[in-house]
Amino acid sequence: MFKGVDFVPHGTKIPFISMRNIAFILSGIAMIASIALFSTKGLNYGIDFIGGTSIEVRHKAGPANIADVRSKVSALNFGDVQIQQFNDPRDVLVRIELQSGGEEANQKALDKIKGVLGDAYEFRNTEVIGPTVSGELTQAGIIAVITAIIVVLIYIWLRFEWQFSLGAVVALVHDIVLTIGIFSLLQLEFTLSIIAALLTIVGYSLNDTVVVYDRVRENLRKYKKMPLADLLDVSINETLSRTILTSVTTLIALVSLFVFGGEVIRGFVFAMIWGVLVGTYSSIFIASPVLLLVGVKRDWSGLGGAKYKEPGTAK
Amino acid sequence: MLHFSRWKTFFIWGFALLGVLCAAPNLIPEKDLASYPQFVQNLRLNLGLDLRGGSHLLLKMDKDLLIEKQIKVLRGNVRTVLRGKRDGATRSGAIRYRDLSAKKDRVEFKPSDPADLEKAYQAVRTLIQPLPSTSFGTTPGNNIDVEKTADGRIVVRPTEPAITSKISTSVDSAIEVVRRRVDALGTTEPSIQRQGEARILLQVPGFDDPEKLKAVVKQAAVLSFHLVVRPATAEEAADGLTEPGTTIFPSKDQYSTHYILEDEPLITGADLANARQEISPQTSRPVVSFRLNSRGAVRFGDVTAANVGRPFAIVLDGEVISAPTIQEAITGGSGQISGNFTVSTADDLAILLRSGSLEAPLTILEERTVDASLGADSIAAGKLAAIIGLVGVVAFILLAYGTFGIYANIALLINIAMIIGALSLLQATLTLPGIAGIVLTMGMAVDANVLIFERIREELRAGKTAISAIESGYSRALSTILDANITTFLAAIILFWLGSGPVSGFAVTLSIGIFTSVFTAFVLTRWLVSWWLRSKSSKSVEMPI
Repeated sequence: MFKGVDFVPHGTKIPFISMRNIAFILSGIAMIASIALFSTKGLNYGIDFIGGTSIEVRHKAGPANIADVRSKVSALNFGDVQIQQFNDPRDVLVRIELQSGGEEANQKALDKIKGVLGDAYEFRNTEVIGPTVSGELTQAGIIAVITAIIVVLIYIWLRFEWQFSLGAVVALVHDIVLTIGIFSLLQLEFTLSIIAALLTIVGYSLNDTVVVYDRVRENLRKYKKMPLADLLDVSINETLSRTILTSVTTLIALVSLFVFGGEVIRGFVFAMIWGVLVGTYSSIFIASPVLLLVGVKRDWSGLGGAKYKEPGTAK
Repeated sequence: MLHFSRWKTFFIWGFALLGVLCAAPNLIPEKDLASYPQFVQNLRLNLGLDLRGGSHLLLKMDKDLLIEKQIKVLRGNVRTVLRGKRDGATRSGAIRYRDLSAKKDRVEFKPSDPADLEKAYQAVRTLIQPLPSTSFGTTPGNNIDVEKTADGRIVVRPTEPAITSKISTSVDSAIEVVRRRVDALGTTEPSIQRQGEARILLQVPGFDDPEKLKAVVKQAAVLSFHLVVRPATAEEAADGLTEPGTTIFPSKDQYSTHYILEDEPLITGADLANARQEISPQTSRPVVSFRLNSRGAVRFGDVTAANVGRPFAIVLDGEVISAPTIQEAITGGSGQISGNFTVSTADDLAILLRSGSLEAPLTILEERTVDASLGADSIAAGKLAAIIGLVGVVAFILLAYGTFGIYANIALLINIAMIIGALSLLQATLTLPGIAGIVLTMGMAVDANVLIFERIREELRAGKTAISAIESGYSRALSTILDANITTFLAAIILFWLGSGPVSGFAVTLSIGIFTSVFTAFVLTRWLVSWWLRSKSSKSVEMPI
């Protein structure tokens, strides 16, 4: 039998709530910057959303000749063409924009590229998304994120109170906006799997928020007279060791995926690493202080704060 | 909370063992697999196309073309009704008409004599038939609507349910045809599903020639033989107008050449019994040789005997492939189609003709093809990341919780085995994001144990004894664990619903991981901890965390 190492100091009294103004300002600036980036620079949408063709080719003998690939593909006149080194020196990623002229036009473009590159390169990954499907995927992505937020809002409202559900959703929107912001800033490719990562972030961030909220609810029953700000601080400090430990184990797994998991899922994993960091921050510095702003009901005896009236007596 | 009856213990470990056993067949090396019973062979993870390589094609049937064809058939039926019945040498009940035309969604005409309007109306109404009732027992109404307009025309249009049912049966038969064509390529386990009204999702694992797949799948392959009336002049070819009962068709290889062909086909693709590619002994060029069924052979024998010296055209999807002249009556029921073929295109055509035709060509809306070598790379990368992630998490938990950390790690390992077992049992598809889901679950699965153990530490600091600290650690953490996992589960359900291919694979893994992690982290570790507690003689045990 051996004893574990208690990493996180206990009985901490870090005044998180008094830092709320700094946190709100920081987050506010970050969110405004994210929105500004999104509306000026936009996102580097993958072909899932804008349609087009994305091909990963590998040179059959030795390192790829990027300039050669570029000149061959550019000569085909497909409009916007992106050609970049990818992962391994042998690999090249070729992306061409959606061709006008319907679904068939994109297939024809692919055939032409196979014609000019087919001899020297093997086609490792080919994706062709036509105009119909890309429009639908965009719609589905937006609907999924909004539905997730609404469902969560309702669940927390049922399990807690509307103030908690507001706090959780503010934190969620904060996490999503900041994730979109970093994708816009770094111009990382935004694909359907990033939407999946966003929804996972929604789940993770909520997980964190709910753990803190659970403790707040418990302490609300326990310390009936404690000022709300102090009570929130106590709750956050009590759950701090858990918050840190879980974030660390999740990050260990995610960083391992980021480093060793291969190029295909790197963007997806990056979004989740970012989400874990931002989600942990927001459950402490955003979700809890929002409770202070809107105030919470202190009486959890069952009937709530509403005055009970005899039926028929109301005039 | 720390007492486990014998039955409960049996159930908990039985359940965990079941999960591990279901995962075990995945460890059998590929080469030894055949020596195991079938149910063991089936209990293996289904790898997604991104891991094993293969093609994913989302196809759409051309609805407009189907409707157009339906309208044309309707026009033919209207014409037949207006001609009246053949009564010996004369016709009775014929109605003279003009401007019989097929519009986008209707057929219309004008009786030449306005007095015939009512008569024509009643005649066309004989074409109305009730649609077959649906499986829900509702009656969907009639096939067509007929109406008289104020300016003396008669308008006939197919009803909405009639169009829907036409599209539905066409897509159903297209699925069968696509299945036969893909099978003919010699692929294994293609998956063909209907999506929405007129879409077909085709997934073919492990086939490395997407171009051939697409060539074989897309084409309608409607074949018919027609007698040639004469070659069309340039003007006729340009405006497409010709005498009734004939149609102008372009030639496939020489774009300037057009033929005027009789509408009535000599034989169609449905009369074929077989078709295959071979090299013609005369020309040493690839041809498609075909054999007709008995009905087709008799009919083809009769028409060729009656038309020796005339050319006939072989028409595929609206284009004349070749137009040979009939040298003699072809009574054996077999023949050759020569055209400008390579071995590969002749082979494709033979596959298409053997598999039957589509009522309209299919368009590719989405294509995702992954080379098997990339898939293998992804599996290797996923495995490496999973092992390193696992080692990292296990080491960290061991460091943080000591002996209790061992229990949490046992739970974690069983958890992963159970996820793989559940995925194998459900025959769910493991994708690369799915592997990411498993790795992420490793990180998050310990969350429940972290919650419990931190709670136990808290209770110990508050001065409770080991037993009551453990007791209240588990019971108080429960509601938090449930709330936290239900919210994640809700997000996973929405992911699944959004789900396209790999993303829904991730959602499935995540959801399964939520259930198994609550079971292993909450139930299994509780059993282990209580077993540890019982092994201590004194009640004032020193806690290892």
